Amino acid sequence: MGATHLPSTEFDGNNLDQDYPAEAVAAGTGAAMVQLLDADGKLRVDQQFSRYAERLNPETLRGFYADMAAIRRFDQEATALQRQGQLALWVPMTGQEAAQIGSGRASKPQDYLFPTYREHGVAYTRNVDLAELLRQFRGVSNGGWDPKETNFHLYTLVLAAQTLHAVGYAMGIQRDQEAALEATAASGGEPAEPAAAVIAYFGDGASSEGDVHESMIFASSFSAPVVFFCQNNQWAISVPSSVQSKVPLSQRAAGYGFPGIRVDGNDILAVHAVTEWALDHARNGNGPVLIEAFTYRVGAHTTADDPTKYRESAEEASWRARDPLERLEKYLRAEGLADEDFFEQVAADGADLAAYVRKTAYDLQAPDIRESFANVYAEAHPLVAEELAWFEQYSAGFADEAESEAGR
Amino acid sequence: MTLKKFTLPDVGEGLTEAEIVSWKVKAGDTVAINDILCEIETAKSLVELPSPYAGTVHELLVTEGVTIDVGTAIISVSEGALDDASPAMPDLAPAVASASPVEQPLYGTLTEDDGGPGSTDPEAPVMNPLVGSGPKADAVKRRPRRNIPSAPTESVAIPAASAMQDTSTDVAPPAAAVPVDLPSPTVPATQGGPAFIAGTISGLVNRVLAKPPVRKIAKDLGIDLADVVATGLRGEVTREDLVSYQSQRDAELDRADGFWGKTGKPQDQRVERIPVKGVRKATAKAMVESSFSAPHVSIFVDVDASRTMEFVKRLKASRDFEGIRVSPLLILSKAVVWAAARNPSVNASWVDTPDGAEIQVKHFMNLGIAAATPRGLMVPNIKNAQDLSLKELALALNDLATTARAGKTPPADMRGGSLTITNIGALGIDTGTPIINPGEVAIVAFGTIKQKPWVLDGEVIPRWITTLGGSFDHRVVDGDLSARFMADVAAILEEPALLLD
Repeated sequence: MGATHLPSTEFDGNNLDQDYPAEAVAAGTGAAMVQLLDADGKLRVDQQFSRYAERLNPETLRGFYADMAAIRRFDQEATALQRQGQLALWVPMTGQEAAQIGSGRASKPQDYLFPTYREHGVAYTRNVDLAELLRQFRGVSNGGWDPKETNFHLYTLVLAAQTLHAVGYAMGIQRDQEAALEATAASGGEPAEPAAAVIAYFGDGASSEGDVHESMIFASSFSAPVVFFCQNNQWAISVPSSVQSKVPLSQRAAGYGFPGIRVDGNDILAVHAVTEWALDHARNGNGPVLIEAFTYRVGAHTTADDPTKYRESAEEASWRARDPLERLEKYLRAEGLADEDFFEQVAADGADLAAYVRKTAYDLQAPDIRESFANVYAEAHPLVAEELAWFEQYSAGFADEAESEAGR
Repeated sequence: MTLKKFTLPDVGEGLTEAEIVSWKVKAGDTVAINDILCEIETAKSLVELPSPYAGTVHELLVTEGVTIDVGTAIISVSEGALDDASPAMPDLAPAVASASPVEQPLYGTLTEDDGGPGSTDPEAPVMNPLVGSGPKADAVKRRPRRNIPSAPTESVAIPAASAMQDTSTDVAPPAAAVPVDLPSPTVPATQGGPAFIAGTISGLVNRVLAKPPVRKIAKDLGIDLADVVATGLRGEVTREDLVSYQSQRDAELDRADGFWGKTGKPQDQRVERIPVKGVRKATAKAMVESSFSAPHVSIFVDVDASRTMEFVKRLKASRDFEGIRVSPLLILSKAVVWAAARNPSVNASWVDTPDGAEIQVKHFMNLGIAAATPRGLMVPNIKNAQDLSLKELALALNDLATTARAGKTPPADMRGGSLTITNIGALGIDTGTPIINPGEVAIVAFGTIKQKPWVLDGEVIPRWITTLGGSFDHRVVDGDLSARFMADVAAILEEPALLLD
């Protein structure tokens, strides 16, 4: 005995401990980040991705702006509807317009997209009726739209579960295409359907879920045509992303053996370019890609959350200076690609959209409870019928609102 | 021009109320859709409410600083232009629900419309913590059930009944099949009074609630679930309850020998760690709460209980009381009821309400008797003890003791007590300073009765002497009143014949 210190281990003093200061990770300086349009609306040169941006014509650029403005206006209206008691809950996305519109616009019709529950912007690019999208948040539907029509899957509220669904779907596409190729080769006929890929959306918080780990392993093992699109909006409700990950999230891809790219999530040109590249990579059979869109949730996690309780307003202000709409507006104006009329038209369209959404939201009807019973089995079932009868009797046992008021 | 009312929405997930912090508009202002009307504070955050209407503010229905329930109308707006997008808003009750505090004497007569003793339901408004545990009433608001208990009772109880009955009876009339003998209802049957509150479905089925795995464990361990104190959210017996019951049972079994740990073993291995749960936890919580919220004053009086002993002896011999266990506790119980009527504010509660505290004097006596049971300390009470004759009271005490000793006291028996007696004399103790059962303001400790030298007319003679101890909540009961109450009780023990007045 009498030892004053423990013997040093063989691991002491070598370079196995990598140094990733949390501040650097949080500030976005821990990894190289693709940026084509800086916060002042100035174009920047990127060896690999500038050529994607150069292909975009002015009309597409104006379309990007109009889409982002529309979805932001919609987001404000839905938040107001929740505050007016018309929605049970709302999940705001303001601040993430570039990440969502940019990636959604990079997808092709044959691609299939799996959202979490905040991808209203992506939904918009996939032609989902935004008023329909409110059905779930009003509590009158379990879904809201037909995913087969839009190739935009239903919102998944179970955190990260959709990443597994997405990889499974991508592996399905892969097998369909192999079968189609064989058939084409055998018959020597027409080429198969256009190659498709899958995007799995998730957030920095979901990245801590085991589902993401499993899905990335499967995707890598089978070279599934899937793009993991992580919107790192810095906050998993009240937990900062610096707690979720000690390394930049994009670097995790290296561990699974596929490319990971961090992109400025508030730069729609960069997001669009990187996503286009990644989807091509996946469609061409080169396997998955992880994109970390470095962005910021300017608002609350949901309408039931109060971000002032866990973060400084100075932080929000610093991110507002990097606003995705402002920088594109500056660029469009500076290059003479859009005039005042255009911006006025965008504002007017936004007001129309808001009025449409407001009116439709009020008109959304609550479904008949009997539908829920009817959807259990394909055919009538005596047990379900019995339960429905019990439920109706039970419900009838309550006094009406009016009755209970009078009884007070 | 239509008048629209905006009702307070649930802006979080499941919030039930909010406070209006500040109004951003006033009557006469013109508002557009989504203009900010006011700022509210919920349990979660400060939130601004945007207007769902465009028009002119007609009236602010709630003043700043008032907390209101979700669904209360807060503002009315007269709509100038037609706006078909707006839904019809149901008219709701007026906003401010604060009851006007009426000046009332500390105790007086009850208002006449409270029919009989049954309609004075002490449980309904007062949700005080209680000694022991059991199903807790949850605070969630529900729509009231219609006042027709028969239909739902049948629909629920029939499957339960048929499940228990096997196939022996084919078609039993529902009335016969329904097991309606609820364990001693807390609310005595009222004659069709509106106070009847139908229980939840589970309340209608006379069966201990527990999940299947818990039932399995109980069966394997040979534990009757009815013996276990249930602490589950819905009054179900949980796995932890079983574990704590089992460990208590084990502890009792092998307490006999081998108690001391072997000297030389490290000290911390000779410390037994007993998790605090179940009744122990409930008792601890209740005692701490009582001890820290109610300033206790304890007073003592020595009493010559010789005549009580004589009286008890005669009762035992009396044919009327054949087969009934009679003890001095019976006379003390009767004395406490008698003395409480003469000094009513010992039979009361201190209740903190949103509009300030109030003292609720109870014009009924639910007499609590502290009992050591296999499950720990329990305080079941005898409902409406004031209505019981000496014999009925004796029977009630016997019942209570038997049930408690078997560990089968139902939670309902422990609720709504109004004054408690702790019979520490049964343990051979002279007196003590008892802690008041939460929700009450007085407790009487009955010390052991033994022969002691007593001075009577200047001579020392052996008499049967006991000490009465009492603790009182000084917020409600002052020294003189507690003294008078104790003196009254003592007077009865000295001369039980006074009960005849």
